[in-house]
Amino acid sequence: MKQFLMGNEAIALGACHAGVRLVAGYPGTPSTEILESVAKQKDPDIYVEWSVNEKAALEVAAGAAYSGARTMVTMKQVGLNVASDPLMSLAYVGVKGGMVVVVADDPGPISSQTEQDTRTFASYSKLPVFDPSSPEEAYQMIQDAFTLSEEEGTPVLFRPTTRVCHSCADIEVLDQKPAFPAPEGFMRDTARFVIFPKASYQNHLRIEKRNPLIGKRFSSYRYNTLTGKGKKALVTGGISTAYAKEALLGYDGEFLHLCVATPFPFPEELGRKLLNEVDEVLVLEELDPVLEKALIFLCGKYHFDVAIHGKLDGFVPAAGENSVEILKNAMYEFFDDFPRPSRPEAVLEDLPVRPPVLCAGCPHRASFYAVKQAMKGRKAVFCGDIGCYTLGNAMPLDMVDTCLCMGADVTIAQGIRRVDPDTTCFSFIGDSTFFASGITGVVNAVYNQSDIILIVLDNSTTAMTGHQPHPGTGQTMMGTISEKISIEKILTAIGVTSVQTVDPLNYKAAVKAVADAAKEKGVRAILFRSPCIAVVKPEKPVVIDREKCVGCKKCIRDLGCPALMMNDNKASVEESLCTGCGLCSQICPTSAISKEGK
Amino acid sequence: MMVNSCLLCGVGGQGTVLASKLIAFAAMEKGKRIRTAETIGMAQRGGCVVSHVRIGDEIFSPMIPLKGADILIAFEPAEAVRCLPYLKDGGTVVVNQKAVRPVTASLADSGYDGKEMIAHLKGLPIRLIVVDGDAICQKCGSPRVLNVALLAAAAKSGALAMTAEELKYAIQKRLPEKFHQINFAAIEAVEIETERNPIV
Ligand code: SF4
Ligand code: SF4
Repeated sequence: MKQFLMGNEAIALGACHAGVRLVAGYPGTPSTEILESVAKQKDPDIYVEWSVNEKAALEVAAGAAYSGARTMVTMKQVGLNVASDPLMSLAYVGVKGGMVVVVADDPGPISSQTEQDTRTFASYSKLPVFDPSSPEEAYQMIQDAFTLSEEEGTPVLFRPTTRVCHSCADIEVLDQKPAFPAPEGFMRDTARFVIFPKASYQNHLRIEKRNPLIGKRFSSYRYNTLTGKGKKALVTGGISTAYAKEALLGYDGEFLHLCVATPFPFPEELGRKLLNEVDEVLVLEELDPVLEKALIFLCGKYHFDVAIHGKLDGFVPAAGENSVEILKNAMYEFFDDFPRPSRPEAVLEDLPVRPPVLCAGCPHRASFYAVKQAMKGRKAVFCGDIGCYTLGNAMPLDMVDTCLCMGADVTIAQGIRRVDPDTTCFSFIGDSTFFASGITGVVNAVYNQSDIILIVLDNSTTAMTGHQPHPGTGQTMMGTISEKISIEKILTAIGVTSVQTVDPLNYKAAVKAVADAAKEKGVRAILFRSPCIAVVKPEKPVVIDREKCVGCKKCIRDLGCPALMMNDNKASVEESLCTGCGLCSQICPTSAISKEGK
Repeated sequence: MMVNSCLLCGVGGQGTVLASKLIAFAAMEKGKRIRTAETIGMAQRGGCVVSHVRIGDEIFSPMIPLKGADILIAFEPAEAVRCLPYLKDGGTVVVNQKAVRPVTASLADSGYDGKEMIAHLKGLPIRLIVVDGDAICQKCGSPRVLNVALLAAAAKSGALAMTAEELKYAIQKRLPEKFHQINFAAIEAVEIETERNPIV
């Protein structure tokens, strides 16, 4: 049966067809749709959860895999940093049911903090990794990954990149999933499931012996292919394989082409076969020079006199995304007879720039603005975090001074305060991030008697990644209702003595709450609670009285709401965007803006 | 078969993704091979978004190479200009004439309103179809029909691998029933408009 699937949907369906029983993950672009697509299958045999963070997801899955179930964990590349603690140990302990850890990398980066490469993490953690080049390959390879995992008793990494995750193709898939036996349940085996130094030494030996054998197995793996003939070779992996094939359309020169779908353990035999025949190799891959280094290593190990070109000698860019054009340029340099790529004409120079911004009516805008106004003229630092609200950094709000990683706003503010005692230190954290990794930071602040103002931007969803439920929403991924976990109660229980909950769209009350908090000492918290505009019905757009408007532009200059603009020297509202949040109407000095009918 | 590539571009929130899904659906129905690529993530918050749609037998890259698009469907004038490097020489551009003014432009008083972009496009050796998306949306009573209106104009141009009939069928199959009528109205509005101003 043919289906038109996005890469992430293909991974999900492949996992279902491989008999996965439990899927856990934490949302993060570009990985999010994988878990959601599994949930959409509504397969009664599959349990799906958004875990509170990636570490929790991996541990939940490990328990299920110990009990013989096939499990999948999904996250983005930076999520792997959070999950790395359990994963490094699990690599030693191993699994019983097949376990595939899907980590989506983001070359560019397009929506991430780093350009880290999960293939590098694979060799560090000594875990096998699959690297699909297209959605159809992803569908097949995820099933192979489960088989390998179960046969070798090890978790296996699966690493698609953004352009595989978010591209779609018509894919031949199974009509229905094959039958799989039920998992046998947890069998006590302390020598295996209790990690211990002595056992770890043994396991380390076992892994070092096992990996070259997996590499051997990979040399005949169906998606590692060696084709063509000649004295020059291309070696490609991931989406760069697809770009290379596209770039080579119409080129009839002689060359060998090695496609590597399993970068670690490297298919050495295949690599040697290639190096035996050629004088020069061009390696095309994104992020780290993983394949390039593997080949250089083989040249040293087996004394091949072959020149390896790639990122390390500047043949291709060291960072960022690849494209058909980048590959064509490299091929033009590499082959003697590759046609010269045409240069695209320059675009108009003064195109308007369009950085992403907070949506019109976003309650975060109101929260940032209230803090900004309350702290006007006073020394303050604003520590931000990961989510839509990172966009609070944009002009004119300009309210994010630091942003590092999930949860770091709470703790960085504490560090700044220690060195800069006459500064008021704010930390801004979203509700989902608070649950994921903010709570420990608050415990740290209270216990160590820090002096910070914690602003929780509670919009009752995980907005950036497309509105996933979390512990504060009272819904689970299985569609059941669970008791909402109250952020106020958590804060109070930790010992935060001043906790205020305010609607940020009530401008005066919001500013007062911040001003009050700023007078106090210790750890103070303000919950700005107002739902994300994408999860509630908008109100009527505001109306601007052109008679009253004096064209001072305060509304535009202060708020930067995309629904507000100037027309003929008066402010005007783009009705298709305005949600009627009413923030602008509260700050207009001439009361020119009003909510309809009021 | 030759490859037909269509690049849809616009501003996050304008509905480019759904438009690309409709084209893909129509191609699937005809048994064609297809690859698409979407912008998902931060840029969906008012940034520049593009959808690549490629139909044909020998396609490897989901992204259209530069100078590889037969047709550019732009939901916004400046985005059309930004994506011109993707257009084949002499290719077709369908562009919505209404500008989406970025916050940066409002702050800087740049006065950007899209007119200079349309003027620039008119001076190029391309086939240009300017659509008054605002008028059609107003006529149909919903800003949500912009994507279908642009698709209808693209289908009329003949440069897209989808006819107006196929578009209607895709809407019937892919959208909830309550949206069928307004979208059909948008297609009709475009047809009336192109009868008055034939596409050349
Ligand atoms: S009410 Fe004002 S601030 Fe709120 S969305 Fe409308 S224009 Fe923007
Ligand atoms: S703040 Fe009020 S008076 Fe000033 S431009 Fe905006 S609407 Fe007009």
